[in-house]
Order: sequence, then C-alpha cells, then structure tokens
Amino acid sequence: MLIGIPRESRAGETRAAATPKTVDQLLKLGYAVTVESGAGAKASFDDDAYAAAGATIGDAASVWGADIVAKINAPSDAEIAMLRPGAIIVSLMAPGLNPDLVSALASRGVTAMAMDAVPRISRAQALDVLSSMANIAGYRAVLEAAHNFGSFFTGQVTAAGKVPPAKVFISGAGVAGLAAIGTANSLGAIVRATDVRPEVAEQVESMGAEFVKPDVAEGEVSSDGYAKEMGADYAAAAARMYAEQCKDVDIVVTTALIPGRPAPRLITADMVASMKSGSVIVDMAAAAGGNVEGSVADQMVVTDNGVKIIGYTDLPGRLPTQASQLYGTNIVNLMKLVTPGKDGQAVLDWDDVIVRGMTVAKAGEVTWPPPPVQVSAAPAAGGAGAPASVVKAPKPPPDPKKRLMWMVGAALLFLLLSNASPSPFLGHFMVFMLSVVIGYYVIGNVHHALHTPLMSVTNAISGIIVVGALLQIGHDNKLLITGIAFFGALVASINVFGGFTVTGRMLQMFKREDAVR
Amino acid sequence: MNETLIQGAYIVAGLLFILALAGLSKHETAVMGNKYGIVGMSIALAATLWLATKSAGFDALLIIAIAMAIGAAIGIALARKVEMTGMPELIAMLHSFVGIAAVLVGWNSSYETAAYPAIHDVEVFVGVFIGAVTFTGSIVAYLKLSAKMKSAPLVLPARHAINFGIIVVFFAMTIVYVFVPHDQVFLRQLLLGIMTVLALFLGWHLVASIGGGDMPVVVSMLNSYSGWAAAAAGFLLNNDLLIITGALVGSSGAYLSYIMCKAMNRSFISVIAGGFGSDGAVVGEAKDYGEHRETSAIEVAEALKNAHDVIITPGYGMATAQAQYAVADLTSKLRARGVNVRFGIHPVAGRLPGHMNVLLAEAKVPYDIVLEMDEINEDFPSTDVVLVIGANDTVNPAAQDDPTSPIAGMPVLEVWKAAEVVVFKRSMNTGYAGVQNPLFFKDNSAMLFGDAKERVEDIVKAL
Repeated sequence: MLIGIPRESRAGETRAAATPKTVDQLLKLGYAVTVESGAGAKASFDDDAYAAAGATIGDAASVWGADIVAKINAPSDAEIAMLRPGAIIVSLMAPGLNPDLVSALASRGVTAMAMDAVPRISRAQALDVLSSMANIAGYRAVLEAAHNFGSFFTGQVTAAGKVPPAKVFISGAGVAGLAAIGTANSLGAIVRATDVRPEVAEQVESMGAEFVKPDVAEGEVSSDGYAKEMGADYAAAAARMYAEQCKDVDIVVTTALIPGRPAPRLITADMVASMKSGSVIVDMAAAAGGNVEGSVADQMVVTDNGVKIIGYTDLPGRLPTQASQLYGTNIVNLMKLVTPGKDGQAVLDWDDVIVRGMTVAKAGEVTWPPPPVQVSAAPAAGGAGAPASVVKAPKPPPDPKKRLMWMVGAALLFLLLSNASPSPFLGHFMVFMLSVVIGYYVIGNVHHALHTPLMSVTNAISGIIVVGALLQIGHDNKLLITGIAFFGALVASINVFGGFTVTGRMLQMFKREDAVR
Repeated sequence: MNETLIQGAYIVAGLLFILALAGLSKHETAVMGNKYGIVGMSIALAATLWLATKSAGFDALLIIAIAMAIGAAIGIALARKVEMTGMPELIAMLHSFVGIAAVLVGWNSSYETAAYPAIHDVEVFVGVFIGAVTFTGSIVAYLKLSAKMKSAPLVLPARHAINFGIIVVFFAMTIVYVFVPHDQVFLRQLLLGIMTVLALFLGWHLVASIGGGDMPVVVSMLNSYSGWAAAAAGFLLNNDLLIITGALVGSSGAYLSYIMCKAMNRSFISVIAGGFGSDGAVVGEAKDYGEHRETSAIEVAEALKNAHDVIITPGYGMATAQAQYAVADLTSKLRARGVNVRFGIHPVAGRLPGHMNVLLAEAKVPYDIVLEMDEINEDFPSTDVVLVIGANDTVNPAAQDDPTSPIAGMPVLEVWKAAEVVVFKRSMNTGYAGVQNPLFFKDNSAMLFGDAKERVEDIVKAL
C-alpha cells in the first residue's frame, strides 16, 4: 500500500509527519511512501533527503490519492475532498471538539484515525503523540521563559556580585510538566511543581522539583490516566496555593488541560498582578482557553506590572526537526501495530483497544467516542497508598472463650493420658516440653543472614541420634541388629562431622567490613 | 565410674547444644557457637562410647570405630568440597541421614523388650513414622534442588485426602500394634513394615507436591522433622540427651519455617500439610503488560557511575549463574568510587533460608551492607539504581497491586520505587510462582538479558 505524506497546509505549521529516517522504517514495513514536494522544508528536511531515503516526491493530488495519508493537523474540507473513499487518514483530529470534522470524514467514506485519541495504556505509549509532543512543548516552554526572563536561571557567585537562582513554579505534572521540570532544573533554577493527582509527587521529586500541594486532604485519582475537574473545597485551597506561589516565583509554567473541555483557570488576574515585574508566565493551555487570565493564544502579552504572559500554541513546532522525528516515529509505531505481516498491508484489528480507540470514522460511520478503556495506570501509580486495599483484612482475634475451652480440653486430655502413663515417660516428657520451649526462645532473635549456618549446625546436632545407634551395636549379640545399628551409626556420623565442618567453613566467610579490608 | 556420670555428661552436652544454638543467632558469637556444639557432641560421644564398651565389650567399640570413621570421612569430604551454591542440596541430603538413622534405630528397638510395652510400641511407631517421612522427604528435596528431578509440583488428584488418609491409617495401625501380643513376631513386623512403607510414601508425596520455589520453607521444615525424629528416638531409648537435642532442633526448625512462611504470607499449617500455595495454576498470562525495554551493560555501567545509592537484590538466578564473585567485584569497584552500594535480601530468596547471605559471604561481601527486606524497603524511593540479579517473584509488584495474583499479599522488595531498575534475566520467562512480573514492563525498569555472571563482568569491564 502507498502512504502519502502531504505538506501541512495550516499556517505556521513547521512539522512534517515523516522524516527521511521514518520513511526508511515505513519502507521496511513493506509500504511505498510518497512525499509532497516541500513537506519537510520547514523542518530542515529537503525533498532530496526524502528521495534518498527511498520515497517518491509527488504533487498534492498523488499524495492525497494514496491508500494511507499521514499528516500532522486535521485535514481541511478541501483536503478531505481529495481523499480516496476507503483510504485511511491518520492525523491529529481532536474528535471530541470537532464533531463536524468527524462526520465529514465519515461521509467521505474514509477510515479516520486520530493520533490524539490513543488510549492511555502502556502498550500504546509508543504511538502516543500527545506524550511525544508534550515532551517537546515542556522543554520549549522553559526555554521561551528563559529567553524572555531578564536574569539567570542558575544562581552564581561572581566577582560582580551574587546572582540568586530563579524560582520556577510548574503546574501540572503530566509529560509536559515533567519535561519542563527537568529542563528548568538542568538550567539551575529552583523548581516547584504541583498536580491535582497526589500520586505524581514521586515523579515530580524524581525530576528534581519540590512537590507542593493545596492544604486539603482530598485527592482524586482518575480512572483513565487523565486529570479531571475538582471539587469546590479543593479549588479554594488550590487558589490559595497558586496565589502564594505567584508572589514568590519568577517563572510560572502552566500545563493543565482536560481533554474535550476548556482549560481550567488556575491563575487569576489578581495573582498575575501580585507577581514581580519581569516575571514570565508560559500558558501552555492557551489554545484551549488558557490557565492564566489574560493570556492570548499565539501571543506574548505584557501586563501593566511588567509580567510577560506567553501563550504560544505551537511550542512543539518551534523545534520542528525533533518534533517531526518524534511524530514520524509515532506514525511508524502505529503502522507497525496495524501491519502484523510486515507486508505493506494495513489490517485494522477491531478488537485491539488501541485501534478501536483511535478510529473515529470507518466505512461511512462515526465511531467516536469509543467504548471506555479502563487502565490500571491510576491505581497502580498509587504505590504506597494502594496496598492498603489489597492486603487482606487481619483475622479477627480468636474468641477468648473458645480459646479457653480448647485449652481446658487439651489439658484434661493430657491429664487423662498421663494418668495412664508410666512415670519414666512423664519424666522424659517434661524434659521434652522444656526443650521445645528453649529451642523456640533461643532461635527467636536469629540474624537472617545466619539461617543457613544455623540450619547446618542444628543438622549436625540432630546427628546425636548416633548415640541411639551406638548403644544398639553389639547389643544382645544379634547380627541383624548390630548390622542395622552399624549402618545407622555410619549415616548419623556423616551428619555429625559433615554438619559441623560445613558450618565452620561457612562461618569463616562471614566477615565484617573492617575485617575484609 | 557409674551411670550417673553418663547422665551428667549428657546434661553438660545438652547445655552446650543450647549454647550452640544461641551463639548461632549472632555474627559475633556464631563461631563460638559452632565450637560449643562440637565440644558438646564430643562429650556426648565419649560418654556413649564408654557406656557401649562397658555393656557390649571391645568388639563393639571396634565396630563403632569403623562405622564412625567411614561416616566421618564421607561427611568431612562432602562438607569440604561442597560449593556454596550447592549448600541447599547438601543440607537436604544430611536431613535424610537423620531420617534413615531414626528409622533404623526404631526398627532395632522394636525387638527389645521394655518395661512398659504399650508406651514402647507407640514410641517405636512414632519414631519410625517421623524418621521415614523425613528420609524420603529430604531425598525428594535433594533431588529437586539438584535438578535431578523436575521441580514443578506434583499434583495428584485428592492429594490432601491421601495425606490425611495415611495419617489416619497410621493412628489406627499404632493402636492395633499396641494390642498385638509380643510373641506374634511376624504380624508385628508386617504391621511395622507396612507403616514404614506408607510413611516413606507420605514423605515423598509431601515434598513432591511442593514447587521448587518454595524450597526454603521445605528445607527448614525437614530440619524440624529431623529434630522430632531424634526426639522420638530419645523416648524410645529412654535417653534424655536425644530428647533434649531433638526437641531443640525440632522447635527451632519449626520456628524458622514459621518465619519463612510469614515472609511468604503463607499459612504455617498448609506448609506442614504439604503442597501449599502452588496449585500449579499459571494466571494472568493473557493480560497485556506492554513492552519491556532492553538495555546494555555499557548503559548500566554509565548509570551506576552517576549513581549515589545503589541497591542490589539478588535471587536464585545469582546462585545458578555463580555470579556472586562478579557481583562482589562490582560492589567493591563501585564502593571505591564512593557509591553507596547495599544489598537487599528477601527472606525467601534462593532455595534455603539465608542462601544469598552465604553466597555473598563466600565472595567476601561485608555482611553489614547486606540488609534484610524490612531494613531496606523504605530506602528504595531514594535509590538511584537497583540491580535485580536473578530475582523475580520476590520483586513482583503484583503481590501488592493485584489481589488476584497467586502471590498477592506476599511481602516483596519494592524495587520499582527506585529511579531506575535493571533486571538481569536469562529470558522473559516467569519465576517459580509462574506469575508474570509487571515490574519488567514498568517505565523505569530495563532488562539486561543473558547470563548474570557474564553481564555483571561486562559491567565491571565497562567501569
């Protein structure tokens, strides 16, 4: 089958859905690839590079007439009209926000797969463009902030005076937030971050930031791995926390997005007004309405008090080469998934939750939204908190009355037996009982490392049974008995001598650190 | 000299044995403990030899000397040449010797006439029964540990009914045996013979139905059984020393098994009953865990260079690959660079309680950086790199996360909380519990495939 890579028509788009490297991988899967002339120009990939990788260079008509069309942005109406019925189109579609697009694709009779509707399960990570693009965006957001910030990120002590490190506050610890944390941290800033999901604190800390959270006990874990909107109490506490942070920090990066809804308003105009002059806010949710009051999509706004609010929505596109490579690899991974035979024939397995989740239109029908996929990501990420529900409830303590009855019963039974027993037996039994108790207590505090030597020494000691065999040798002058006893003494001696020797050998090895050196 | 001197010697020996066990519970006193044991044993043997010579003459002494010399030669030779990785097999084999000795002593004393025949008969039966179970059980454990027998659990239909049936039959036969007159020699021997065969079968069946992964518990359980066998022989021979020693070993072994069971979250009773836990069921295979990530020795070396805190969690795989020396080498190299390297040992890692400790000690890893699970589990979140060497079930997060997992509730080393986990493994196969391990598919874990020893050596080279 033929894969077409069109030139992106949307203004300002710099990325391409394939790079020479990914073209090569697509060819290895058995596909033919045709790239529209100039598709990769803005991402520093010229036509010759694509041709050298094995793609043919074609015009818009030949690319859009391919069996599979892979691109970045959703196709325009004109582009949909160029699609061949029965073809597969793969791109970002935001199906939840664009029902018209989905129905237009359905009525064209094409199979439409939304790269931004990949279910969030581990297996699907390799083709999740939201992750790969968010990673780039988070990185770029910090660089944009640094670019517009009038000071160093890192603290320095120089001959010309001491430079304090910048304080960066990052809201939302998804992929973008974590990437931003890492970038800001590596520039030397003091980084704090928050997220509505308390379970990501560990990830935040692992990236080198301090996790801050609203002063409220509540925390919600969403079942599908995305954040969701929170309750009123929580919102009030969160607002207080944001107000505090804004007063203190130099850089704020907000990444809070809720799929299919306007972005939550996290930072109000008052909070912005409280910030130091020269501070920078990067609102990564500007396209969806913005987390920050006063942010404007695709622009940098300077407020009256000198705070810069950056609302660029093309952050991944500002690293076009890398973004194209990652997006292209996501496409390759999708093609790997739907090309089980590696024969250049795409097979859509409707039972595969990834394929089902991504496909928003098929054979004239709208197939969005897909049936919900429950993933384990949320409870598993609970880590320390979750096991509480897993660990079995402790057994109720035994009923003391019942226990007493058992004990009385056992005592009576024993008394009855002892009544019928000869006295020497009871004498032995006394010795036996006491030894059992001593054995239990003596072993009670054994160091775990000494289990093996302990076992081999008890083994040697239980070779004491040799005593029994010894006393039987030559007894009664019966050959059979002596023979059996001889064999018994022999094997028990193996135990005695072998056990002590091997214990000694092992103990020689256990050395303290100072003894080793 | 008279009889009371012998008794006195036995009491001294018994005390020395208690000191030996007590000494073995701490590193500082362990060597002394072993010496107490040797002294105690020498005193007991000397007294017994004197007694035997007095009652049966010098011929008997000669026979005894021959028997013990052969036994000593075999025992010391075995103990000298055994590899530390082969320790579980050796100990299992030694248990079987106590078992067979108990059976032989029991049979022999069935020919004796006793002051209280009824009690004596019961003692013979109990002694032979425990001895026989210990004998075949240990043989099977030995065969499984040395891979001469398949380690997968044998699952007979109605296996619990079989075990229970044998025990009921044993009780019934004991009562019959007591009431059969002592001149009916043939009938009595037949009863004893049938019972011995049944007990031998029971021992075989109990251990055969336990999977290889549960061997640490089995070995310490057999240790306990061998003690009870010795105690039963003591009752039989009216010998307090045997009773004391047997009871000491029996109860300490049982307590040790109990510790093991707690570590695996298994019920003690079901261990004693055999065939516990491993119903042979393999579950969760159909579940999708995502993809694992492979890494290389060079990348791991790079990660280790940059790490501050490293924890190594070894398992049975380290023993099979004989990787302990390579691991020790890696440890000392990293420590020389100032990396804080520690070991986290799961209570049931390996095939014998304390197996890993013995191996690491053999390779001269200082024991104060070898910590047990409870001591180290809290430190994983602040650890940079965890090396999982040949461990699987003991680091399986499913034990905590997945209530349907066969190992649910078993305490595990929480390695996945570290920043990075490297898993050394030969393949993606499951561990002994037959459970897939979600750890391998976590984002922060990477697989390093191949022979653990070679891979560790590669890392040392790359450093």
